[in-house]
Amino acid sequence: MALRGHVLRYGDHIDTDVIIPARYLNTTDPAELAKHCMEDAEDDFIGRVRPGDFIVAGENFGCGSSREHAPIAIKACGVSAVVAKSFARIFFRNAINVGLPILESPEAAEAAANGDELEIDLTTGVIRNLTRGASYQAQAFPGFLRDIIDAGGLVPYVQRQLAAR
Amino acid sequence: MRLTITEKILAAHAGTAAVQPGEFVRCALDFVLGNDITAPLAINEFVKMGAAAVFDRERIGLIPDHSTPNKDIKAAQLVKQMREFARAHGITNYFEVGRMGVEHALLPEQGLVVPGDCIIGADSHTCTYGALGAFSTGVGSTDLAAAMALGETWFRVPESMLFHFFGPLRPWVSGKDLILYTIGKIGVDGARYRAMEFRGEAITALGMADRMAICNMAIEAGGKNGIIAPDAVTRAYVDGRAARPYTFYASDADARYAATFEWDCRAIEPQVSFPFLPSNTKSISEAAALDVAIHQSIVGSCTNGRIEDLRVTAAILTGRTVHPDVRMIIIPATQEVWKAAVREGLMEIFVDAGAAVSTPTCGPCLGGHMGILAEGERAVATTNRNFVGRMGHPKSEVYLASPAIAAASAILGRLGSPDEVGVTPEEFTGFCARLA
Repeated sequence: MALRGHVLRYGDHIDTDVIIPARYLNTTDPAELAKHCMEDAEDDFIGRVRPGDFIVAGENFGCGSSREHAPIAIKACGVSAVVAKSFARIFFRNAINVGLPILESPEAAEAAANGDELEIDLTTGVIRNLTRGASYQAQAFPGFLRDIIDAGGLVPYVQRQLAAR
Repeated sequence: MRLTITEKILAAHAGTAAVQPGEFVRCALDFVLGNDITAPLAINEFVKMGAAAVFDRERIGLIPDHSTPNKDIKAAQLVKQMREFARAHGITNYFEVGRMGVEHALLPEQGLVVPGDCIIGADSHTCTYGALGAFSTGVGSTDLAAAMALGETWFRVPESMLFHFFGPLRPWVSGKDLILYTIGKIGVDGARYRAMEFRGEAITALGMADRMAICNMAIEAGGKNGIIAPDAVTRAYVDGRAARPYTFYASDADARYAATFEWDCRAIEPQVSFPFLPSNTKSISEAAALDVAIHQSIVGSCTNGRIEDLRVTAAILTGRTVHPDVRMIIIPATQEVWKAAVREGLMEIFVDAGAAVSTPTCGPCLGGHMGILAEGERAVATTNRNFVGRMGHPKSEVYLASPAIAAASAILGRLGSPDEVGVTPEEFTGFCARLA
């Protein structure tokens, strides 16, 4: 499946408090959370993001709190994938579990600038920067995680496990 | 076998003799937990998974501590959802307001998490229980949902990093200072995906509250878990509390580490993490020289809300008053801590000094309630994060420090040390002796 959209570029250590501030964690409603996504970055993310866009960031994206509201809010904004140099481990698990595509590629992240157009093939992990005419290969997921991703997230994966018991 | 304590605990829970870093394992879980922010999402996912029952109604902790006592209607709805789920599934460890505490102070205190355990919690500071010699790590809500249904989860076995602290501690240096120092040295992703193992004579000399403060903040270096091999101090803490049999594990002498750090505590001063990352540390003498005025001082949280933290705070506040420009808020982490503070006369010292004392809650640490900062305000806090907007307005600032520094700064109205308010370490020792 190929995704196409524009880059919203962020730096290193984007923490989950910035992605979705705790003052909005009194709800679990994705649409409600989406309204406040990246609010404390104060760069008008909500005004700029278009359905299909990509967040592209530096090291350690999603560090801090374990709140799953963070990948939920990003997904509910219409962001189709997050590309980063690296991900914090709880965010990494959460994104896979809720079905937000994430790609680890230091090279693609380093080269991308705000507004660049990307095309991403989630099956192959190939990231094409159409603006710059460059192509990158994201790190492959280990087989075990591939099973969860292919099942469509952890909920359907566990459904299957429970049914098999 | 050349295994670390982390590898041994994971192997034991995967039902295998040994595991290797990088390997994916399925582990049985001894305890799982969630709070009023993460559990409601987990409950929704649990229902979607089609699970009929929880794996073990005595091994799930549901702790409404973040927005409680309920701060608004939406928060009240989430807590209600959690309470009703706990009742419907007969979950024994649901803690109502009035019997509740900040989860990572409460569970060890109640003996619900014990040495040798494998634990996940839908809260990033679940790594605290590594101080007991358990493998314990934070996850998100869907992982908690799966764990509540299955009683197991998957892990990638982490590489371990060894942090060796030798030499005696300088005056006023606590576990909090050692972990802030560590994060300052290796950065907020310096231990990403890795186990952080702490040892050395300085660690051995610390009590459980300090050890918990250290493991609590492993996540702030990106660590998967923090861990300290259990010893006589651990045993003294656990005996009389442990609700289950426990196992002491230790790393083999020839265990393999991805990195080893040796730090001389004689060179480590009390630390302050400046905005907006926990790794942005300065020594207290550097911080004091910058004359950073503060408007709020918070002592509490899963990092530093234990009775030992309140004692050092009280020793410094005794006979002194909070600066006129400062609001000081002290939050005992559990009802037991509250009661001990009353019994030991600490509450009177706090009130006489002009500090407010709150019922247990995570409240201000995450900018939830009970001490939110306005634009341009600065807080010194014994909490664990100082990200943008963490305690309120995106243009407010949080400075992370130990209870001793938070108390001294509250008196000074700026970042500073107990030495500057004229308290000697001997006075603190004498204060504790009088309590005993």
